[in-house]
Amino acid sequence: MSSRGKILSAIRANQPALTTMPDVESLKAYGNKENLLTQYTTVATNIGAKVYEVKSLDEVKTIIQNNFGAGKRIISTIAELSDIADTKEYLGSLPVQLADVELAVLQSDLAVAENGAIWITEDQMGQRVLPFITQHLAVLVKAKNIVATMHDAYNIIGISTQGFGAFIAGPSKTADIEQSLVIGAHGPRSMSLFLLDD
Amino acid sequence: MSTTSTKDHAELAGQFNADEQRVDWHDETLWWIRQKRDKAVNQFPEWELLRETGSKIKEHTLSNLGNYLESFEANALANGVTVHWAAGAKEHNEIVHQIIKKHGVNRMVKSKSMLTEECHLNEYLAENGIEVIDSDLGERIVQLAKEPPSHIVLPCIHKKKEEIGDLFHEHLGTPAGVSDPQILTETARQHLREVFLTRKIALTGVNFAVAETGEFVVCTNEGNADMGAHLSEVHIASMGIEKIIPKREHLGVFLRLLTRSATGQPITTYSSHYKKPRPGQEIHIVIVDNGRSVQLGRKDFRNSLKCIRCGACMNTCPVYRRSGGHSYHNAISGPIGSILAPNLDMEKYADLPFASTLCGSCSNVCPVKIDIHDQLYKWRQVIVKAGYTTKAKSAGMKMMQWTLSSPGIYHVAGKAGRIVMKYAPFAVNNGLNPWYKQRDMPKPPAESFDEWYKKNRGKK
Repeated sequence: MSSRGKILSAIRANQPALTTMPDVESLKAYGNKENLLTQYTTVATNIGAKVYEVKSLDEVKTIIQNNFGAGKRIISTIAELSDIADTKEYLGSLPVQLADVELAVLQSDLAVAENGAIWITEDQMGQRVLPFITQHLAVLVKAKNIVATMHDAYNIIGISTQGFGAFIAGPSKTADIEQSLVIGAHGPRSMSLFLLDD
Repeated sequence: MSTTSTKDHAELAGQFNADEQRVDWHDETLWWIRQKRDKAVNQFPEWELLRETGSKIKEHTLSNLGNYLESFEANALANGVTVHWAAGAKEHNEIVHQIIKKHGVNRMVKSKSMLTEECHLNEYLAENGIEVIDSDLGERIVQLAKEPPSHIVLPCIHKKKEEIGDLFHEHLGTPAGVSDPQILTETARQHLREVFLTRKIALTGVNFAVAETGEFVVCTNEGNADMGAHLSEVHIASMGIEKIIPKREHLGVFLRLLTRSATGQPITTYSSHYKKPRPGQEIHIVIVDNGRSVQLGRKDFRNSLKCIRCGACMNTCPVYRRSGGHSYHNAISGPIGSILAPNLDMEKYADLPFASTLCGSCSNVCPVKIDIHDQLYKWRQVIVKAGYTTKAKSAGMKMMQWTLSSPGIYHVAGKAGRIVMKYAPFAVNNGLNPWYKQRDMPKPPAESFDEWYKKNRGKK
C-alpha cells in the first residue's frame, strides 16, 4: 500500500466517533462595532504602523513626496499615482528584480480594527513578493472598509478564488535577540496606512 | 535513564542550573511574555468562548480527519499544487531531497518548521550534500551555534545577546564585541536577503491547512517565509496531518487565539494564505504522519494533536522556565513536548512526563484547552507500567507504596524523618539527595498532625 493509503487507513482506524462541528456564528456578535476608525488607528499605531487619515489621493501624494526621497524606486498598483510611482513596468520584472524597491503603495479593501491588519490579495499586490521585499510599505484603505474582528473579516473574504492573500499588520519585526523589539527584520522597515475618508 | 545513553531531563536541567543568574534571567523573560499574553487576552469578554470554539473545532476535525485530509488534498490538487504523503520522518526527508535533486540544485532556504526539526531534515540533507539555511532570525542564530531551537516560538530564548554577537562576529563578520540587537538584526537582514535572492527552492512550515479551499496559512513576524516562498521557483510546505482545519472561517478563530497566546501580539505581522502557485512556480505540500495517527488512537492522549504550537505552555511552566528548552532533548520542549514525545519513543522520552510539577498552569493558558497536566500524569502511569522508569525511581515508588499502605509504618517513617532533619540535617542536605539540588529542604515540623490531634483534640 502507498503511504497515502497507509496513513489514511491508520487515521480511520484510530479517529474517535464523529463530533459535531461547532458554530462560529455566536462569536460574530462580539467585538466593538463602534468607532472603528479610532480603534483601528490605536491598534495599528501600537504595532508600529504610521496612520494617516486622508481625504484624497492628492494628500497621499504629498505625504509620500515629503517622506520618501526622490530618485528612489517607487511602485504602485494604484493607477492614479502614476505621476509619482511606476504603475506598469514593474509587472514585467522577475521577483528578484524588485529587490531595490524603496516604497510600494498598494490598495486594500479590508482592514481589521482588533489587530490593525489589512487584507490584501495577489491582484492588489501587483507581484506577490512586492509587499514583502519593498523597504517601505504603504497601503491605502477606505475608512468605511474597517471591520471589528477577524470573524467579520472572513465573512467578507468568503472563500475567494485568489491564488494568494495575506493579512499584514504593521512593519516586519523580530524580538528574537533577548526579546528586544527590532523593526525591519526581513520585510518592510515601515508601514504607512492611508485611511481614506470619502 | 537505565537503558539509553542520552542524558535525561534532570541531568540536562542540572547543567542549565549551573549558572544561577542565567536561570533567573530566563525565568523572568518567559514570565514577562506570559504576562503580555494575559494582558492581551483579558481585553476580550469572548476569550473563553474563543478557546472553547477552537478546542471543539479541533476535536471535530480529529473525529473526521481522514475525510478532511482527502478533501484538502483534492482541493490542493485542483489549485495546481503537488501533494505528497510521508508515513515517517525518513520518507518526508527523502521526498524533500527528491524534489531538490530533480531541480538540480544543492541549496535551499527554510523558514520555521518544527516538523522539519522533528524529522531532522537539515542533518539528512547535509549528509546528502545539500546546504540548508534557516531564515527565521532565532533559528539562524541557533543554526550558527550548531544547536537545536530551545523554544518553538522563540528559538534562541536561552541565548544572551553577547553570545549572539560572538556568533555573528565569527560567521557574519560583525566587529568583535557588538551585541546591540538593532545592529545584529540589520546584519542578519543583509545576510539573509542575499540568501533569499539566490535560492531557487524554499521550504516553509504550515500553521493551518484548510480542507475547504486546499490552501495553507503560514504566520511569521519577520516576513521570512514570504521572502523565501515568493522569490523561489519551488515552494515546499511540510505539514503534520493535524494541521487541518475544516473551513476558512475557522481561521478567524485560530488567528485570534494564536499570537495572543504566544507573545501577546494581536496577530502576527504576516498571515499568508497560499492557495495556488504563481505562474511558473511549483508548490509541493508534504503531508506527514510520523506517529500522529498512533497518537490519534490513544484515547487519553489524542487531544495533544489539537496543539497550534503557540508556546504558551512553555512560557508559563515553572519547570520549563527554570530548566531551559534543551533539557527536554526533543524538538518540541516544555509541557506539550512532554506529552507528544513519549508517543514517538516511550523509552527515550520516559523522563519527560516527570519533568513537571503538575500545577496545571499549562492547561489554563492553552488556547485549544488541551488537558496537558492530566496527560502528563497519565503518561507517568503508562510509562511506569511499561517499565521505562529508572531503577532509582522504581525503588523509590515501591518504598513509598510500602510506607503509605500501612499506618504503622507511615507513623514510624514520619517520626524518623523529622528526627533526622532536626538532629542530622546533613544526612539529607547533601548531593546524594536529588531534591536538595537547587533547593533547600523544608524545615521539619515539630510533630505530625496526628500527634498534634491526639494531644489537642483526642482527649475530648
